Amino acid sequence: MPDDLINLTIDGVPVSVPKGTLVIEAAKQTGVLVSHYCYHPGLPVAGVCRMCLVEIEKAPKLQIACATQVTEGMVVKTQSAPAKDARQSVLELLLINHPLDCPICDQAGECELQDFVFQEGRAGTRYAEYAKRFNPVEDFGPDVLYVPNRCILCTRCVRFMEDVAQEPVLNVSERGDRAFIGIHPEARLDHPWAGNVVDLCPVGSLLSKDFLHKARAWELDKTASICTGCSQGCNVTLDTRDEVVVRVRPRPNLEVNRYFICDHGRANYRWMNRGDRIEAPLVRRDGELHATDWDEAFARVLGILRGASGKAVALVSPGASSEALSLARRLFAAFEWTGAFQVVMGEEAPLVGVPNLALRAERAPNAKGAEQLGYTRDYAAALKAAESAAVVLVLDDAECAVKTAGALIYAGTTLPPDSAARAADVVLPIANVAEEDGTFVNRDGRVQRYYQAKPAPGMARPAAWVLGEVAAALGVPEAA
Amino acid sequence: MGFPHKPHPKETVVLSQYFGDPEARSHKGWVKRGGYEALAQALKMQPGEVVEVVKESGLRGRGGAGFPTGLKWSFMPKEKKKPHYLCVNADESEPGTFKDREIMRWTPHALLEGTAIAAHAIQADIAYIYIRGEFTEPWTIMEKALAEANAAGVFGKIKIVLHRGAGAYICGEETALMNSIEGKRGNPRIKPPFPAAVGLFGMPTTINNVETLAAVPPILKRGAAWYKGLCLSNPKSTGTKLFSVCGHVQRPGNYEVTMGFPLKELLYELSGGMGAGRTLKACIPGGSSVPILNREETESTLLDYEGVVAQGSMLGSGGVIVFDDSADMVYQIMRLARFYAHESCAQCTQCREGTAWTTKILERILGGQGKIQDLDLLLDLSENMTGKTICVLSDSCAAPVVSGIKKFKNEFEDYIAGRRKPVMVA
Repeated sequence: MPDDLINLTIDGVPVSVPKGTLVIEAAKQTGVLVSHYCYHPGLPVAGVCRMCLVEIEKAPKLQIACATQVTEGMVVKTQSAPAKDARQSVLELLLINHPLDCPICDQAGECELQDFVFQEGRAGTRYAEYAKRFNPVEDFGPDVLYVPNRCILCTRCVRFMEDVAQEPVLNVSERGDRAFIGIHPEARLDHPWAGNVVDLCPVGSLLSKDFLHKARAWELDKTASICTGCSQGCNVTLDTRDEVVVRVRPRPNLEVNRYFICDHGRANYRWMNRGDRIEAPLVRRDGELHATDWDEAFARVLGILRGASGKAVALVSPGASSEALSLARRLFAAFEWTGAFQVVMGEEAPLVGVPNLALRAERAPNAKGAEQLGYTRDYAAALKAAESAAVVLVLDDAECAVKTAGALIYAGTTLPPDSAARAADVVLPIANVAEEDGTFVNRDGRVQRYYQAKPAPGMARPAAWVLGEVAAALGVPEAA
Repeated sequence: MGFPHKPHPKETVVLSQYFGDPEARSHKGWVKRGGYEALAQALKMQPGEVVEVVKESGLRGRGGAGFPTGLKWSFMPKEKKKPHYLCVNADESEPGTFKDREIMRWTPHALLEGTAIAAHAIQADIAYIYIRGEFTEPWTIMEKALAEANAAGVFGKIKIVLHRGAGAYICGEETALMNSIEGKRGNPRIKPPFPAAVGLFGMPTTINNVETLAAVPPILKRGAAWYKGLCLSNPKSTGTKLFSVCGHVQRPGNYEVTMGFPLKELLYELSGGMGAGRTLKACIPGGSSVPILNREETESTLLDYEGVVAQGSMLGSGGVIVFDDSADMVYQIMRLARFYAHESCAQCTQCREGTAWTTKILERILGGQGKIQDLDLLLDLSENMTGKTICVLSDSCAAPVVSGIKKFKNEFEDYIAGRRKPVMVA
């Protein structure tokens, strides 16, 4: 065993953790979650909520697990009577001024105050005769509301803005039980990463206006996904209610986005619920596109591919999965193939306190994957080449200004009235990112998997399945 | 001496020798009285030697905790790799305590001299004197004295900076004081790391009380053995201590006595005892943060760190608050709790919510609406406010409540049972 491992015992379970580990993190290794509020692994330790008090043998008094580093031979008791009493007292004190308006609170069901009170709080309060503290709701920023009555002053939001976003617009105002989270009088909570304070808030005090009263936490299904907002590849969870994506939240990945996502990514989900989707394959008959079944659509595609030779062009979205992009190239093994994509650019917005984390200027999740598969960024040249190509495949890019003398195959999710893709010979309905499994390659070359969160509409299928069927029928060999 | 009263023969006058002597305030006057000789002597010594002398003298912190001063200085890194800082805690805000104010008012150079010696001993480049915001008179006196001393060039390389507080009690807590000097909100920091490792601006820092540092020049001048000899009881408590006596006594004021002096004599002889026809009921011996003593305990207390602990309280800052038999202990305890509820920095849950809840319960009892269960609730709350927070402010709120209920339970019960006329508190 390496020298830098420290051996200790937590609730009778021996555990070895690296030197410098905090007791609260060591406890997680043994399956013990010590109740806590102010502690968050992505923020500097504050040690203020005093919720994680535990007994440590040989220490003169209870210690907070979040600020105590492990030492060799340490014996931690999280469930001893003094520790449980102390935590129960903290919970009672946190509740005396808490409105207990869980029935109308967005946080209910995913509220750490609820969870820990149910776990180890008192059944009733002894704060019966006194009025609770009241402060009106405040509008902090474009997507953040502050409900001070629910606030337990854990200061996670203050520390996030101060140390991670490094735009210290929040503070603790006033003292004693009059204290509340204050905002600079001339500032708004409009930092591009400010929305994280809503996730960080352990109670329903900081709320997202976007999610306000939209769903109860227990109605939500959660699916691991990758943010499509830019090339950073932040890990996210798609929260769906009745097969509608209602919220995007960060999913911790210490290598990519730690515990955070930017507000651009957070808001970037409404298109996943679009109603104007292509729900059936379309084929051109008598100059018009007609809905049909997959068999006829595939037969038409196979006819095009078998009957043509020479130049083929694939114009793809850098938001398509690597699997689909790979097939969109392999289908044209017999052709002189050109593939290209174009990326919408925006302003870069770094999260200063985390190295290599930013809303990237390149607003697409899989540009790197496309590049690695041989697609070029020279979109204009590819469009030009398409004009004289024998076959053109447009993958999930309804805005593509494609013109061709050859055959046009369009695999996409939507078909707007003015779309050039309306000139296609075959239209293949595909799933969007929330409706399929797949992988993206982020800007650092990290391949990351995302999962299906809801069913695709109608007959739409994942692009990789659609192109895979064609490839199989063509007898395209497996990728090396 | 019991300024503004004449010195009492039982006093041992070291720090308060020049109280009431306006000439001692000026640099010239201070030098005439032997001032800055100790500093000149110290600057010729190695820092380690100065620390040894102070260690040998047995001097302990006069701010409240009573930590041995020399030992505290010796925690600073011997080899200076980063800037070292000295902080002087002149944020004297403890209710019932007014000794540092008098030191700064009458003998500002004693503090400056002690500060410079300490800075030399811990190899500090800069010493910050953090003066309570409300101390307008001491502030102007200190400013003038510092300007005079700087003009005379007595400090050598050491730079002394006066920093004015903004009125928060909590800034008297050492790490909150450092945050305040740094320009941050005065919140106590979690320890470890301790200030000697990571203190002001993240650098090794020592923080001492005004009275502690004012005692350093006499120690250097007259020797550690002399100071160590100033002891009437326990040899672990040496030297003299200023006691600020206030409340129901005939002659409230600052009295300087040798460690181990009987509290009874301080109250009945030096301070002139209670008013005519009044008897002693209770006494808080060390500033508002320590447990209350009843009459029997008060009269058998010896004033040193161990002697007061033996009676169940603490020497604290030496702010002696005296209550005679006319005092309403429930009201007094409510006032103390209200003070702490007002001054809580709002970081720790137990303190933020507990001090306010404690106050509300006490107000309700005073208003005649208390229940007998409230006393158990107060004790339970106090138990959970003790030893569980970053700093000791919430412990300080609990101490008088617990000792008050223990020792004056009948007064609480009188209010609860309706035997006493309710007091409406705004």
